[in-house]
Amino acid sequence: MNWKNLILHHGRQLGTLAGLLLLCLALTIATPYFLTVSNLLTVLEQVSINAIVAVGMTVVIITAGIDLSVGSILAFAGVVMATVLQREVPVPLAIGIGLAVGLGCGLTNGLLITLGRLPPFIATLGMMSIARGGALLFTNGRPVSGFSDGFRALATSQFLFIPMPTVIMLVVYLACHFLLTRTRFGLYAYAMGGNEQATHLSGINVRRHKTLVYGLCGLTSAIAAVILTARLNSAQPIAGMMYELDAIAATVIGGASLMGGQGTLIGTLIGALLMGVLRNGLNLLEVSSFLQQVIIGTVIIVAVLVDMGLKAQKK
Amino acid sequence: MMDAPPLLAMHRIGKSFPGVRALDGVDFDLRAGEVHVLLGENGAGKSTLMKILSGAYRPDEGTIHLAGEPQRIASPQHAQALGISTIYQEFNLVPHLPVSANISLGREPRHAGFLLDRRAMRKKAETALRELEVAIDPDSPISALGVAEQQMVEVAKALSLDARILVMDEPTSALTETEIANLFAIVRRLRDRGVGVVYISHRMEEIFEIGDRVTVLRDGRHVATRELGTVTVRELVRDMADRELTEHFPRETVEPGAPLLEVRGLTTRTKLRDVSFALRRGEILGLAGLLGSGRTELARALFGADPLQDGEVRVHGRPCRFRSPREAIQAGIALLPEDRRQLGLVLPLSIKRNVSLPNTHRVYPRGLLRKTEERRLAEECVTGLRVKTPHIEQATANLSGGNQQKVVLGKWLARQSDIFIFDEPTRGIDIGAKVEIYRLMNRLTREGAGILMISSEMPEVLGMSDRVLVMREGRLVGEFNRANATQEAVLGAALGTTP
Repeated sequence: MNWKNLILHHGRQLGTLAGLLLLCLALTIATPYFLTVSNLLTVLEQVSINAIVAVGMTVVIITAGIDLSVGSILAFAGVVMATVLQREVPVPLAIGIGLAVGLGCGLTNGLLITLGRLPPFIATLGMMSIARGGALLFTNGRPVSGFSDGFRALATSQFLFIPMPTVIMLVVYLACHFLLTRTRFGLYAYAMGGNEQATHLSGINVRRHKTLVYGLCGLTSAIAAVILTARLNSAQPIAGMMYELDAIAATVIGGASLMGGQGTLIGTLIGALLMGVLRNGLNLLEVSSFLQQVIIGTVIIVAVLVDMGLKAQKK
Repeated sequence: MMDAPPLLAMHRIGKSFPGVRALDGVDFDLRAGEVHVLLGENGAGKSTLMKILSGAYRPDEGTIHLAGEPQRIASPQHAQALGISTIYQEFNLVPHLPVSANISLGREPRHAGFLLDRRAMRKKAETALRELEVAIDPDSPISALGVAEQQMVEVAKALSLDARILVMDEPTSALTETEIANLFAIVRRLRDRGVGVVYISHRMEEIFEIGDRVTVLRDGRHVATRELGTVTVRELVRDMADRELTEHFPRETVEPGAPLLEVRGLTTRTKLRDVSFALRRGEILGLAGLLGSGRTELARALFGADPLQDGEVRVHGRPCRFRSPREAIQAGIALLPEDRRQLGLVLPLSIKRNVSLPNTHRVYPRGLLRKTEERRLAEECVTGLRVKTPHIEQATANLSGGNQQKVVLGKWLARQSDIFIFDEPTRGIDIGAKVEIYRLMNRLTREGAGILMISSEMPEVLGMSDRVLVMREGRLVGEFNRANATQEAVLGAALGTTP
């Protein structure tokens, strides 16, 4: 691909990438602790959970939807899997059960939206509360802790010196990027978000595909749950609070439009990295956590304002 | 002759949209205390003229005088302040608010500048409703009212604005006989109070009952203004229809072959009543009728987008009952919808992806994208239909109307459909692209496809159809062949004035 095409089709992601690199440059100058291999690997590891949740969120947002329940689904899938793990069930089976819980919650969201005709905001708002309540009921509100080394290796081991959570994150991104760009599922996601009626009149089963999109979002939340549980050696029923907002932020900074029809996983990954680097940098600079929230909120708003300004200029 | 200047005088009004000259030097005047009917086919320019009067559009040229004073109507709010009220077919009412709040919306009476004065609001509504002599509870929410009552609320709202000019766009289209009689009584009362009423309608009987004068528009031009006391229906129909077929229709007739689509007794819950016809290979079957006559509903029902209540559809001789567009497409039916931008294309997506959308079995064999095939289909569409675009990655939102229509057609050509439903195939398309679309229709019929062409443009219907069906109020009310399809005959059937 030549440079002109690259800029034409990926101008938005390149812009976010430039923002990320600028931020890295600034932090390299500001603190000697930033640009070290161990710190960068830490950032990648910390980012992986939010980044994986943001994958499902991106696909949902491309279809002009929203999923507020990702954090609660993460907690629910995590505690179910953890409880099963402690019953000496083989690790792969326990993980499979955890993923199935996430997928099931997501598909339920999808069915409520397509068959029940609920707005995505309402359906997933309800699920946010139901899954959270489910996680608390399932555990009586107590964390489930202590797992085998085999399971914990999912978070603690390395592959070619790269932390396993980062490897899993990259695999999820590659798989879903492929799904979005190379399969009809992806085409339909963009088409539904761009114009649902025209898509229906083109002979596409909009209901089925939209349901699957929410199913995928539940599934990626559950994948994040596996990593988080292994990393903390504990599954908490109150895990994943506010994760939906981080995921939406990464997606939107990455160039997706809440109006639907637009967005890429490359953009979302850059968006998630940007947020991760920012948090890491602010920690290294010993900025108070209260001020950090203000700064991160500002970055989200500025990123979208700049994006809208650029788009308006194009027209 | 009257000495006072007329309430309204619009002089040499012109307005263009991309590719279309909507109004060309139109004159229109309205006297105080008259009902002036505005008549014309769909697309003749009636709505555009009234949108200029109500401030929704600005004219490109021409002048507007209100009671002798020149005015530039800057916005709908400005028009209201000048005493011009418009009641559109789609009401501008807020369903969940009570009648009184709707009547005062935007001009709420207040205490101390910011507290709503509900009692004054209610009183204002009561006064307006009493003047109309209608029994509507001012506290009732709009959503609890029937269509006729909502119409009365619109009229009451206009009255409370002290409207001197009232524009009514097809006000009776959803009303029953008694409701129409009530409405007419109110219109007469307004007229007797000196209000000037512009009345847009297709219904001949109504026009003669309520109107004082009539102005006929055709193709954006003023044809005639006549006194309704002396004119006949025949003369009016001729005014509306009569024109030379100067536009270019390159129809090449093809010997029709076997029936592709047979419809018997088609009925839907909403609109269609007992529709029967057959479409054969190589044939263009024109479907004429006024807006709201059920043509688009027929297209949607055939395409599986709306459910059938009763009736039989056969495709290639096989009985079919489509539950979704997907099934209709698999049977070989293609729909080019009237509203390309809302229904035909996914505008943010590229030409390439729009063409892929109904062709995923070819572009994604075994589920995975074949880029060469994706590119080939899109290139075929762009070169074969001569879509003007720099590349196939172009978002369809950035194409002109004619090129958008070609991409919609391209979607279905790649699908190798053989029953094409074109709903207003050339609306909003410039003349050059129109002829290209007609040529493509020729090519399709030559290759054995059949086309059902819904059109409100009479020259197009007459110029391109091998047979013409006419719909009115959900029924087929006439069928003509090339020899006996004249503008007057087809329009007469559509209006329901033929004996």
